[in-house]
Amino acid sequence: MSDSDGYLLLALFLVPLGTAALLMLIPSRERSAIVGLTGLSSFALFVASVYLFVRFDFEGAQFQGVQAWDWIENVGFLGEHGIQIKVGMDGMAASMVLLTGIIGMAGTWVSWKIQHRLKDFFILFYVLLAGVFGTFIMLDLFFWFLLYETAVLPMYLLIAVWGSTRKEYGAMKLMMMLVGASIMIFTAIFGIISATGTDTFDLQVLFNAGPGIPRDTQLLLFPLIAFGCGTLGGMFPFHSWSPDGHAAAPTAVSMVHAGVLMKLGAFGIIRLGFQLLPEGAEFWAPGLIVIGITAALYGAISAMRQTDLKLMSGYSSVSHMGYVFMGLGTLNVIGMSGAVLQMFAHGVMTALFFLLIGGMYDQAHNRDIPNFSGMARQMPIWTVFFVIGGMASLGLPGMSGFVAEVHIFIGAFRAYPVVGALAVLTAAITATYLLRMFAQVFFGEMNTRWSDLKEITYAERAGATVLAASILWLGIWPAPWVDRISTTIANSIPGVS
Amino acid sequence: MDLDYSLLIPEIILGLTAVGVTLADAFRRELKVTPTALAGLAVLGALGALIASLFYIDESKNFGGLIAIDNFTAFFRILLTGVLIVVIIGSYEFVERHIRNVGEFYSLLLLSTVGGIFMTSAQELLTAYLSIELLSFSLYVAVSLAKSDIRSGEAGLKYVLLGGVASAMLLYGLSLIYGTAGSTTYSEIASSFSGGIEDFELAVLIGLALIVGGLGFKASAVPFHMWTPDAYEGAPLPVTAYLSATSKAATFGLLLRVFSGPLLPLIDDWRWMLATMSVATMVVGNLVALQQTNIKRLLAYSSIGQVGFMLMAFVALSSDASSALLLHLAGYLITNLAVFSAIIAFHNRTGHEEIAQFRGLAETQPYLALVITVGLFSLSGMPLLAGFATKFILFQSVASEGYLWLAAVAVIMSTVSLYYYLQVIRQMYLYEPTGDASRWRLSPAGYGVTGILSAAIVVVGVYFGPVFEAADRATRVLFS
Repeated sequence: MSDSDGYLLLALFLVPLGTAALLMLIPSRERSAIVGLTGLSSFALFVASVYLFVRFDFEGAQFQGVQAWDWIENVGFLGEHGIQIKVGMDGMAASMVLLTGIIGMAGTWVSWKIQHRLKDFFILFYVLLAGVFGTFIMLDLFFWFLLYETAVLPMYLLIAVWGSTRKEYGAMKLMMMLVGASIMIFTAIFGIISATGTDTFDLQVLFNAGPGIPRDTQLLLFPLIAFGCGTLGGMFPFHSWSPDGHAAAPTAVSMVHAGVLMKLGAFGIIRLGFQLLPEGAEFWAPGLIVIGITAALYGAISAMRQTDLKLMSGYSSVSHMGYVFMGLGTLNVIGMSGAVLQMFAHGVMTALFFLLIGGMYDQAHNRDIPNFSGMARQMPIWTVFFVIGGMASLGLPGMSGFVAEVHIFIGAFRAYPVVGALAVLTAAITATYLLRMFAQVFFGEMNTRWSDLKEITYAERAGATVLAASILWLGIWPAPWVDRISTTIANSIPGVS
Repeated sequence: MDLDYSLLIPEIILGLTAVGVTLADAFRRELKVTPTALAGLAVLGALGALIASLFYIDESKNFGGLIAIDNFTAFFRILLTGVLIVVIIGSYEFVERHIRNVGEFYSLLLLSTVGGIFMTSAQELLTAYLSIELLSFSLYVAVSLAKSDIRSGEAGLKYVLLGGVASAMLLYGLSLIYGTAGSTTYSEIASSFSGGIEDFELAVLIGLALIVGGLGFKASAVPFHMWTPDAYEGAPLPVTAYLSATSKAATFGLLLRVFSGPLLPLIDDWRWMLATMSVATMVVGNLVALQQTNIKRLLAYSSIGQVGFMLMAFVALSSDASSALLLHLAGYLITNLAVFSAIIAFHNRTGHEEIAQFRGLAETQPYLALVITVGLFSLSGMPLLAGFATKFILFQSVASEGYLWLAAVAVIMSTVSLYYYLQVIRQMYLYEPTGDASRWRLSPAGYGVTGILSAAIVVVGVYFGPVFEAADRATRVLFS
């Protein structure tokens, strides 16, 4: 990947912002113009993210496509290159950018059928996308955090205005918990900058200076990053916004939120925690493992008890994100690579779930599992996609979930065999609740109450196809991801074996 | 003594315009002057002063040792005249409808701006005191100018009584400092105190405490904040906007001059006072704001919370922290004025000021709802908006001086503030309007002022370099 690709990285967050700005100029009754613009923009972003992922050379430099523009310097406490717009991508970011490109496009497609204030929805949605893309590729701590927060900001209105079940409660809870968690990230950033004594927010400079921070300070700051970013990642015990928020959010927002935004949290732990504060990370890694395995078990058991499809999916996300934290805590390359793989695998899988649940809920206005049966006959295409997502979720070989979970389990067995055993138990519980749900919803006597339900729309089928293809691709040929992620992990995190 | 009056041209323009507006008002029947023309005259005067101020950038002179004309003064001249112009343009319709004596109102605003500028440029305790009184007395009257609103008179009375007590405290404090230092000029006090204060430690400490209390009242810092919610609620909206902007900015300018100059040698004595005050102010302001149902009282408590953030810069007093403070102050003024201009426009149309009455504004006037949302999100420190960037820089510079705990408290309180701002945003976006649900339009002035201010919020939020640069150049004078 050459440095000129940096301009494309810049475009990754300028294009969504530009789209949002253009949308403001289009009158809200021009639905076709809105659909056209968002379709074009999301497709361009998808193509760019695939191109960038392919172009990333995992044998090359750690950060590729690095480009920097001085923004504010030599004023106040800021020295030379104080605040820059500095973009660059490592293998981990490349996978996450690809994930965002896929889900952003699928999310755009399924949102076209929104009737209420379509334009305002897309303005907020694209600001959200700009924040997500930007966080993954930004190499300046000021803008990194600015864009991180930008990704959270539109959620409140997106859920509260366009959501469903208990939307106001869900939106407020989500917003206050996420912004509350940012307190810890804010404080940790202030602490990192004052402890390194640098006069710049350049992350590459900080990556060099960070390990020099005194051990005591690192031990203090790492938990702030871990819980602060972890809350956005649905980390137990700060996960409770996630099922409620997902249940309340509109389809595309659930998709982006569970699919990408929660990954932003885990990504933040790696970027600011593991890469900047290695000693703190090493000390607290067992804590991450305990939290991870607890979340995985707790989420899976809670999911068994849910009757609302979206709540089940929400708790399943908590469980799957538990694997991610567990993988990070193993401190070995295979476990940590598994964590990043799981971020991608869970992203596409959960986005597919929420897409399908949304496609059905829009017609039935009901998501209670016991109310459905025999849907395979009524909505066969829907069922097929759902089964693909479900199989990936329970870790069937050949699906994305398997690749990721195998990495994590091996890493966990190497670090702490007991944890590895518990993780396998969790996978069994996951299989139980998913298969039980399948049996109830898809098979058996058809419930005549739903005899007028139609198959999901073509836009939804297209989105589901892209997501299912990603699941299968990662499951069958994971090498592109594994190469990029594992070299990045091995080279960028000090003290990983 | 060599008095060069040409240094004071901006203030002279403002003062003469104030007289001109009063006279034109007095002869309005003969001269057929409309209230709008008075507003235009006041804006012209303020604009003239603003342009004149631009000629004093990078000047380093002083007027008889009493008033410094340097970059710090230039910063506040531009800031305060800018605020004046925005307030007048944003509120002239409101003023014509709800204010008893229009001419008097404008001339009071002009005079108080003169007071505000002199507060930030004074080099001597008595000059500083007189400028404070010029600002305060103008505002005491302005607060009680509302037509047919009984709360306005009540607010004015409360403000003048409590303000009088605070002025007395301040004056007593100043005289104790004068008594111990033997001079009223900043530079001589500084050199006198830097030799140590062993002999009169008690007197100096009492003096310090009284000054902190008196100025704390003007800045509405806890526990001297009691007047603020009542004055904000009772005062006519434009006066509330003006109070929250000019009065606050000028007080912080004065505080910076005094604490970085004459009182700097005593920093270990007052640092803990301001640290306590800062924490108390941000905690009380933000927590009490949670319970408010009136938008003006909500903004009053939110502005108290903001004062707590700004006071942090004095605890971590340094060149970096002060330039960060001025940056935050500028961002805060822009945001606050945007919110107030929007609320004034809302009030012009509906006459409402309860938060619950903002219900459904996103349906009836989406543009205004957007401006208020942008403003409130910026006040709570959301990204892409001024509040995020300026708070980030301010908090970081405080943390870098070794006060990470203080910055952490500030971030927590800033998050609390998001909750009550969301209550307003919720009303506008989540509910259908009650009663008349038809769309309505703003006046061109309303569109113009709110549009420019919201654009400024975004610009400062993303590219705050120029403002930060200006703030940095202003504070460099203080710490040279």
